[in-house]
Amino acid sequence: MAHFEKAHSLEEWLDQRLAIKTLRRVLAEEYWIPKNINFLWAMGMVLAVTFGILVVSGIFLLCYYQPNVNLAFDSVNYTIMQEVEFGWLWRHVHAVAASVVFLIIYIHMFTGIYYGSYKKGRELIWISGMLLFVSFSAEAFSGYMLPWGQMSYWAGMVITNLFSLGSLELNGLVEWIRGDYVPGQAFLNRFFMLHVFLMPLIIMALIGLHFGTLRIPHVNNQDGEEIDFEEEAKKYLSGKKKEAKVIRFQPDFLSKDMFVVAVFLIFFFYLVFWHYDFAMDPINFDPADGLKTPTHIYPEWYFLWSYEILRPFPKDPGLIAFGFAQVIFFLLPFLDRSPNVAPASRRGKFAVWFWVLLVDMIVLTVMGKLPPMGIYSTIGLLAASLFIILWIALPFITKNEKAV
Amino acid sequence: MKELKILAVVVFFTLLTYWGVEPYAHSVMHPHIESKGFKYDDLKPLAKKGDAAKGAETFMNAGCIGCHGVKSQGMPAPMDPNAAAASFGVNPPDLSDAGAVYDAKFLADLIANPEHALMVEHKFSKAGRSFPMTAFYGLGGDKDQEIADIVAYLQSIAPKAEKVTPKMAYEAACGRCHAMHYDKWTQIGERPTFKYKIDELKFEEKVLDYQDKLTKYLGKLPPDLSMYIRSRGEHYINTFMEDPQALLPGTAMPRVGVSKESAEKVLEYLTEVGDRKHAERDSVGKIVMIYMFIFAFLAYLWKQSIWKELH
Repeated sequence: MAHFEKAHSLEEWLDQRLAIKTLRRVLAEEYWIPKNINFLWAMGMVLAVTFGILVVSGIFLLCYYQPNVNLAFDSVNYTIMQEVEFGWLWRHVHAVAASVVFLIIYIHMFTGIYYGSYKKGRELIWISGMLLFVSFSAEAFSGYMLPWGQMSYWAGMVITNLFSLGSLELNGLVEWIRGDYVPGQAFLNRFFMLHVFLMPLIIMALIGLHFGTLRIPHVNNQDGEEIDFEEEAKKYLSGKKKEAKVIRFQPDFLSKDMFVVAVFLIFFFYLVFWHYDFAMDPINFDPADGLKTPTHIYPEWYFLWSYEILRPFPKDPGLIAFGFAQVIFFLLPFLDRSPNVAPASRRGKFAVWFWVLLVDMIVLTVMGKLPPMGIYSTIGLLAASLFIILWIALPFITKNEKAV
Repeated sequence: MKELKILAVVVFFTLLTYWGVEPYAHSVMHPHIESKGFKYDDLKPLAKKGDAAKGAETFMNAGCIGCHGVKSQGMPAPMDPNAAAASFGVNPPDLSDAGAVYDAKFLADLIANPEHALMVEHKFSKAGRSFPMTAFYGLGGDKDQEIADIVAYLQSIAPKAEKVTPKMAYEAACGRCHAMHYDKWTQIGERPTFKYKIDELKFEEKVLDYQDKLTKYLGKLPPDLSMYIRSRGEHYINTFMEDPQALLPGTAMPRVGVSKESAEKVLEYLTEVGDRKHAERDSVGKIVMIYMFIFAFLAYLWKQSIWKELH
C-alpha cells in the first residue's frame, strides 16, 4: 500500500489521491494553444457550453415529458409550457439551443475547412468532429419527434421512409425501424430512448475522443504555421510571454473563450425570448394527425441542404446523391491533395472552391425549404449537381497547388 | 479590426441563410393577406335607424326564439345543444351578447340572407343543401326598417362593449364549433368537475355526440384552438376570422362577422390560453439580458487583464 502523509488542506488531500495538481497542469495550465488565433477558435467552447445548456434544460424537461402518443403533445404544450413554473423557459432554451448548436457547428466546420485544420496529423480531429455532426443530427431528429406535433409525425414518416432505399423497396426495414406500419407508440418510445439516453451517451464519448485527437497535433493557427510547442512553451514559462507563440489553455485561452461565449449568449437569449419561431416551427404546435398531411413538409433548417440534394433528382439517383452528401465530408482530409496547411485565401483555386461550396450550401438550404416548383426546382437541381461536382473536383484542384 | 471583419463575414452569411429560410421562404409558401380592419365593405350599410323597442316586438314576431335562446332576457334555448345539433347540425347561438360581439352590418345581412353574410353558399344552396337558418322575409312592413329594429334591439340588450370579456367573445364567435381544451371548453360548454365517474362519462358522451353531429354538418370536426396562437399566429387568425375564404378557399368555416373589438378580444383569449406565459417571457427575458450584458462586460475585462501580458 502506498504511503500517505496527513494532508493540510482539502486540495492536498485530493492531490494525494487523485493527483489533481498534475491533472490541472496537464489538462489546463500547460495545455498549449497558439497565440495567433481569432474568435473563430472559441467555437469549440461555445459548442461545449451550448451542449451543456441542452443537457441541463433537457433534464428539466425530462421530469415532465410523457413519451406516450396520447399525452406527449399536451405534456409539452400544456404541462411544461403552462403549468410547470418556468417550464416554458426550459423548453424555449432547449429548442433554440438545439437549432443554434447547428449554426455553431457549421461555423466550426467551415473554420476548419478554411484554415486547413484537417491535415498533417489533424485528420482524426476532423473525422471525430464529423462523427459528432452525425450524432448531433440523430440527436436533433430524435428530439424533434418528441412533442408529437404535425411536423414531428410527418418528418418521422418521411425520413424513416428513406430507409426503404428507393427501388430496393425495403419496406420491412422501414417497419422494423418504426416498430409499426406508421409512426406510433413504438416509434415514439424508441426515439425517446435514443434522444435521452443512447445518443447523448455516444455524443459525450465522441466529445472525449474529439478532445483527445487535439492533444498531439495541437490546435491549428491563423497562418497554418507549424509551431514547436515544446520550445515555445519553454519561452512562455521562462517569462517571455510576449515572445512566445503559445498561450496556456487556462486562463489565457479561456479568458478569451469566455468573452466570446458571453457575446454568443446575448445573441442566444435574445432568440430564446423574442425570436424563437425559426427553431420552434409553428406547424409543430398542431397535434400529430396521421390523416392530415401538412401542405408543406420540410426539415429543420440545418438539414435542408442535404434534403435538397435528395429532392431534385429521380428517386434512386436522389438517394445515392443523398448518401454521397452524408459521407463526403468525412473524406475531406484525403480528397484535399495539397500539403499546404494555410488559410484558403493563400491557396489559389482552393479559395474559389471554398467560397463556392459555402454559397452553394446556402442556396441548397434555401431551396430545400421552398416548395419544389418551377424555378426553385431548377435552381435546386443545379445547386445539388454543383455540390457533387465540387467534391469530385477537389482532388484535381488541390493536386498541383503551389507550396506556400 | 481583423476579428471584426471575420465577424462581419460570419454575420452576413448567417443572416443571408436566415433570410432565405424564414422571411423569404414563408412569403412564398404563405402569401400575405392584409386585414381590411373588419369593415365588411361588401355588405350594405344599414339604411334605416333602428328602434330597439319596436325591434323587441319584431324579434318576437319573427320567430327568432324558435331556435335561439336569449338567456339574459329570461329566454332559454328551446333545445339543449345535442338536440339542436340533431336538428340543425350545429347549436344555434344564444343571442344575449350578439349585439356587442357582431358587427351591425353583418347582423343585418345575416338576418336577411344568412348564407351570404356567412359566406357558406358553396356548402349549401350551391351544393344542393338548405341552410338551417331561414332568411327573414319581413313582417309585411318596411323590411329594412324591421331588420334595423331587430339589430337595435340586440344591441340594446347586449352588454356594453367594455363588459364583453375575451372569453365571452370567444364563446359567442367560436365556441360552438371549436373546443379549447386547455381552458376546459367543449363545444357544448365548460367541462365541469365531476364527483362520480359515471357523470363524467355521461358528459363525455354528450360531447362526442355533439362532435359527431358537427362533423356531419361541416364535413370535418373543427380543430381545437388551444394552441392556435402558436401554430397560426396572430396575423393569420385575425385575417382568417375576418374572411376565411381568402386564406382557405372552400373551407366550411363561415365568416363569423365579429366587430374589430371583438376580434381583438378573441385573439386575447387565444393568447391567454395558448401562450399564457408571454408576459412572463418578456419580463424574465429583460432580466436575463441585463445579466448577460454584465457577464459579457466582466468577461471582457478579464480577457483584457490577461491578454495585456501576452501581446
